[in-house]
Amino acid sequence: MITEQDIDKLANLARIALTPEEKQKFQKDLESILGYISELKDAPLSTEEPAAGDYYLTNVLRADDQAFSAGEQTDKILAEAPKADKNFFVVKQILNNE
Amino acid sequence: MKEIDLKNLTIAKAHEAIMRGDFSARDLTQAYLDKIAIDNSKLNAYLEVFADALDQADEVDRRIKSGELTGPLAGISIAIKDNILIEGRICSSASKMLADYHATYDASTIKKLKKEGVIFLGRTNMDEFAMGGSTENSAYGPTCNPHDPTRVSGGSSGGSAAVVGGDLALCALGSDTGGSIRQPSSFCGAVGLKPTYGAVSRYGVMAMASSLDQIGPIAKTIDDAELLFKTIRGADGYDSTCVDEPVPPALPAKFKVGVPYGFLGEGVTAEVRQNFDQTIELLKSKGHEIVSIEMPNLHYSLSCYYILMFAESSTNMSRFDGVRYGLHQDGKDMIEDYFLSRGAGLGKEVKRRIMLGTYVLSAGYYDAYYGKANGLRRLIATDYKKAFEQVDVVITPTAPSVSFPIGKNTNDPLQMYLEDIFTVPVNLAGVPAISVPTGKNDQGLPFGLQITGPHWREDLIFAVGREVMH
Repeated sequence: MITEQDIDKLANLARIALTPEEKQKFQKDLESILGYISELKDAPLSTEEPAAGDYYLTNVLRADDQAFSAGEQTDKILAEAPKADKNFFVVKQILNNE
Repeated sequence: MKEIDLKNLTIAKAHEAIMRGDFSARDLTQAYLDKIAIDNSKLNAYLEVFADALDQADEVDRRIKSGELTGPLAGISIAIKDNILIEGRICSSASKMLADYHATYDASTIKKLKKEGVIFLGRTNMDEFAMGGSTENSAYGPTCNPHDPTRVSGGSSGGSAAVVGGDLALCALGSDTGGSIRQPSSFCGAVGLKPTYGAVSRYGVMAMASSLDQIGPIAKTIDDAELLFKTIRGADGYDSTCVDEPVPPALPAKFKVGVPYGFLGEGVTAEVRQNFDQTIELLKSKGHEIVSIEMPNLHYSLSCYYILMFAESSTNMSRFDGVRYGLHQDGKDMIEDYFLSRGAGLGKEVKRRIMLGTYVLSAGYYDAYYGKANGLRRLIATDYKKAFEQVDVVITPTAPSVSFPIGKNTNDPLQMYLEDIFTVPVNLAGVPAISVPTGKNDQGLPFGLQITGPHWREDLIFAVGREVMH
């Protein structure tokens, strides 16, 4: 059962402001969708670990060296910022001086 | 200059005509611009037609004349899904969050296409942040099906499929995370390829679910799709999941085609099933072998896919906070800026999926949902591996139905998700799959067949596709 408090908690974690109508709709939607995907809780999973070559994905790493030269994109990137000042993105104060 | 027959045009024919001098890149571009001027307001396939399309064409014509450009894509008109970055141009993922965002670099696929001398006609409509199966979740209105404007074009690459199906471009690029190239291609009567995961670089494409996303071509013929695929693929040094394809072995003379009959359940409409069965008869008549196969874990695909996709996309969407780019709304403090910017900029389906992703990743649920889904994913990938020990390719209908009316599923998100039943297992396994048109129903709505192959065997699925496409 998805409660209104659950929706509030999720919206808070996701940093999204919801209107009361949205909260109501999402409560219903999430109930129905989670109900469906919860079917996989019953899916049997083999307990043995897969063999090394079994999974088709392996990690690819690169050498930890100079991947790019600094400063080339700065102007272009800052041009898209809602608030910028010289070479900085501008945000509200994060820490309080206590 | 005689009028260009866009309906019967292919990339190969256009290339020949341009090289012969029958028409120029500018003529071809103008022909599409003229058709766009007539049809786009009705279809809403393009969010933006690039104002400099003719300038691009003139530059390409100059480079063709000087002998600099001789490749098969020189002068070809292409449309690009609104989540693929072209430097300096607006790229919005059909969202209000990025309505004014200008790309700061070219995607690798765009770089490759620019080198070949294509002309970018415009950016195409899509479900917002690729979240949807009908392009009804766009912040800029749905895209209509060119075969019946009261119906959806499919999604999330609905605009790209509609322009190809409606002759508003010769070809297009789309993205596919759970069927977003294949399903709209099926609905619009186009060929749509989702390549092997890792075949095409995702650099410069707005990420949805990073372990599932791939970029692919939507085109009118298999030859066209193959040419585009070979152009855009390959390692680029910017996407560590992208590698060069190994050279495939020779094609068999006749194909073993696997059909997971047990998976073709009740959701499939009678006419889709009939068309599918007719396609099987067609394959048999050409001497190919149909093999009934078991893929026992496939029915968990939707749950598995949606859990993983919700989780990954909610994480990817956390970058939209109104700080470095995108819509910004002021709150009383820093954190309220996030709440308000995201609340205002993101559409309903996007918010829904972010919250679902947050749920499955949250403490207390992580193992039950996300952990379990990862385990199931491995089993589904193994189902394909085992199938391909018996057969060359696996076929199913691309979608359980033909295109549905606009508005039919918008109030029931779960119903919308269920339409993805045949396409999502492919992304989970990372294997390549193509949708090819296999006729139309009595209302003129296209059917699509999905052909899935082993990793790196796009050659196989193109070859089988050629046997059935009509």
